Amino acid sequence: MSTTSTDSANDAAAMTPAVATPAGGDAPQQPKQMLRERLAGLRGGDLGSLPVVVGLVVIVIVFQSLNSTFLNSFNLVNLCLQIAAVGIIATGVTLVLLLGEIDLSVGSVSGLAAAILAVLNVNEQMSPLVALLAAALGGLVIGTIHGLVFTKLGVPSFIVTLAGLLVWQGAQLQVLGSQGTINLPPRGGLQQFGRFSYLEDWQAYGLAVLLPVLFLAAKLLTRARRTRAGLPVGAVWVPVAQALLLLVVLLAIVAKLSIDRGVPWIFVVFVAILAVIEYVLRRTRYGRAVFAVGGNIEAARRAGIKVDALRTSVFAIASMLAAVGGTVAAMRLGFANQSSGAADTLINAIAAAVIGGTSLFGGRSRMYSALLGALVIGAIANGLDLLNLSSALRYIITGTVLLLAVVIDALASRGRQSSGR
Amino acid sequence: MSADVLSTEPHTPPVGTSLLSLTGIQKRFGAVRALSDVDFEVRAGEVVALIGDNGAGKSTLVKVMSGAGPADEGSYRIEGREVSIATPAAASSHGVATVFQDLAICDNLDVVANLFLGRELTRGVALDEAEMERRAVELLEQLSVKLPSVRIPMASLSGGQRQSVAIVRALLGSPKVVLLDEPTAALGVAQTAQVLNLVERLRDRGLGVVLISHNMADVMAVADRAVVLRLGRVAGRFDMADVSREQLVATITGADTNVVSERAARVAGRSPAAPTGPEGNQA
Ligand SMILES: Nc1ncnc2c1ncn2[C@@H]1O[C@H](COP(=O)(O)OP(=O)(O)O)[C@@H](O)[C@H]1O
Ligand SMILES: [Mg+2]
Repeated sequence: MSTTSTDSANDAAAMTPAVATPAGGDAPQQPKQMLRERLAGLRGGDLGSLPVVVGLVVIVIVFQSLNSTFLNSFNLVNLCLQIAAVGIIATGVTLVLLLGEIDLSVGSVSGLAAAILAVLNVNEQMSPLVALLAAALGGLVIGTIHGLVFTKLGVPSFIVTLAGLLVWQGAQLQVLGSQGTINLPPRGGLQQFGRFSYLEDWQAYGLAVLLPVLFLAAKLLTRARRTRAGLPVGAVWVPVAQALLLLVVLLAIVAKLSIDRGVPWIFVVFVAILAVIEYVLRRTRYGRAVFAVGGNIEAARRAGIKVDALRTSVFAIASMLAAVGGTVAAMRLGFANQSSGAADTLINAIAAAVIGGTSLFGGRSRMYSALLGALVIGAIANGLDLLNLSSALRYIITGTVLLLAVVIDALASRGRQSSGR
Repeated sequence: MSADVLSTEPHTPPVGTSLLSLTGIQKRFGAVRALSDVDFEVRAGEVVALIGDNGAGKSTLVKVMSGAGPADEGSYRIEGREVSIATPAAASSHGVATVFQDLAICDNLDVVANLFLGRELTRGVALDEAEMERRAVELLEQLSVKLPSVRIPMASLSGGQRQSVAIVRALLGSPKVVLLDEPTAALGVAQTAQVLNLVERLRDRGLGVVLISHNMADVMAVADRAVVLRLGRVAGRFDMADVSREQLVATITGADTNVVSERAARVAGRSPAAPTGPEGNQA
């Protein structure tokens, strides 16, 4: 009977893995089963982080063979410095994309925040910390406005934030006034932090050991809880092996970067922000609600989630992160000017989020997508710089890579639909 | 901790007691009288089918019961006590849960996340995934709902499995009455059977189930009683033990002889006008 055969086809599709779900990491799996599900997922159009990682490896091989300084410590420290700002902005973009919305204003908001930071610190003689807080708060207010116009007036997010793109760029020019460029004091706290602050060796190696230990502790705690709840658990050696791998990778990175200046503090700030956001997204009720709204807004509403407040808060957080990213950029460059946050800031942030594995269709995002994506975008820009190639080529390549990522996302989404998922 | 997940309710009313009863329900939409003087009752441990042609008022009546569209007039009693149910929240706090036809499910989330959506368990700020999964597995097991895993996204499940999860989700709030709006409309034969099995299990647990359906086969299969609506009025009440499919159809369409029964009769090889064949009037 035809119905029965449809059923069994669906049941076969049902065996594919839950890579995109926030709690997927908790599921206990034996390595063999994991591998089998992974392969089934690849066939079903679920490529996981594979394309990004392969892409990154290809980029590294190409640039290293064209210019052997690409992988030296000096350049890798530069790369960490370069991706911090765009990575922080991309983290906020990830949140908005999870809702199935878009924020086109993040570049302008980051530029306005840079201007606010510079004016308050230089012209108004405020302390670096107060200036930073003011800039971040400005972002929060801006995002709240976007969110309210979007939810209360029903204006599509791309229109609200497209208007924001212009309005906040205008505000940036207004704040800067007649001064084209405001230099941050070379010996002031802001430039010191953005350009000259690196982890001490003991701090860097300490972190490289601490993070895998925390990772393992969390995994074992989860395992103990599952055992107590009578749920199946996987083999112990799997998280142990993962932690060891993480340890080796982190130690190698720290060792490599320490040959030069070391691990930049602004890079640590980026990864810390990303880690907090990932935790909130995947381990709290708030994060679960963000995924739910992105997956099926009507279902979320019926489940009692305050959809409008949630969406407004996401826009607020995204703009705040854009503002923080803008201040980080200003601190690293040592100035704010009329083109702060202009040019490719917006497209790089969105590209980083999408390339890292955040779907434009809402409700799906891979762990640490902003970091992976920012690495890809940053490596391309950095490599082309080393080759002294024009920014024309950089735009073309970044645009092509973004398009590729979106095509992969669209194909994966179509794959999910055709396999009934 | 290993106690029955469903029986968190302090008391489960004995089978046969009235759980939900409506009397004299009136509902107008402008000039349209969608419901006039409708009485309806659900008792513990029974499945009541609510049937009727398109526009008969089924959805309107479900909305009255679920709090989504309160009646203009009439009384609403829960276990004999008069209540005012003006919102879905009020309905669920009185133990009336609704599974709407368009399933309120997030395809990107896994089964556990969907079951607990909006009422997640936490330890401090963090979600208590282990406890949620434990309860989900237990609940699904109690109701014999078979899924490949509770940690796969809903999108991976078949239609019957999805509908089952949607129903189980409604049960997490420990309701006394469950309203199912066309639960099998989009399902194939095997998947329909899954869902009907689940409906029977709900009844066996002493819940009152209201089943809205177009499908006479489903109704005949699981319902204990049927209430037929026609043009906003109750056109008939039947005990399923002593009613035929033809009688139900006749009541739905409002005629003893009609297109449907004529066709049925013709297919069976006899004419309704001359029931004198060798097989006579045995049906
Ligand atoms: N929101 C509404 N506004 C106006 N008329 C409505 C509305 N909802 C239902 N009706 C009318 O009420 C009658 C009963 O509808 P409904 O309860 O949806 O029937 P059923 O679900 O049995 O097909 C129909 O005549 C329909 O047109
Ligand atoms: Mg209807």
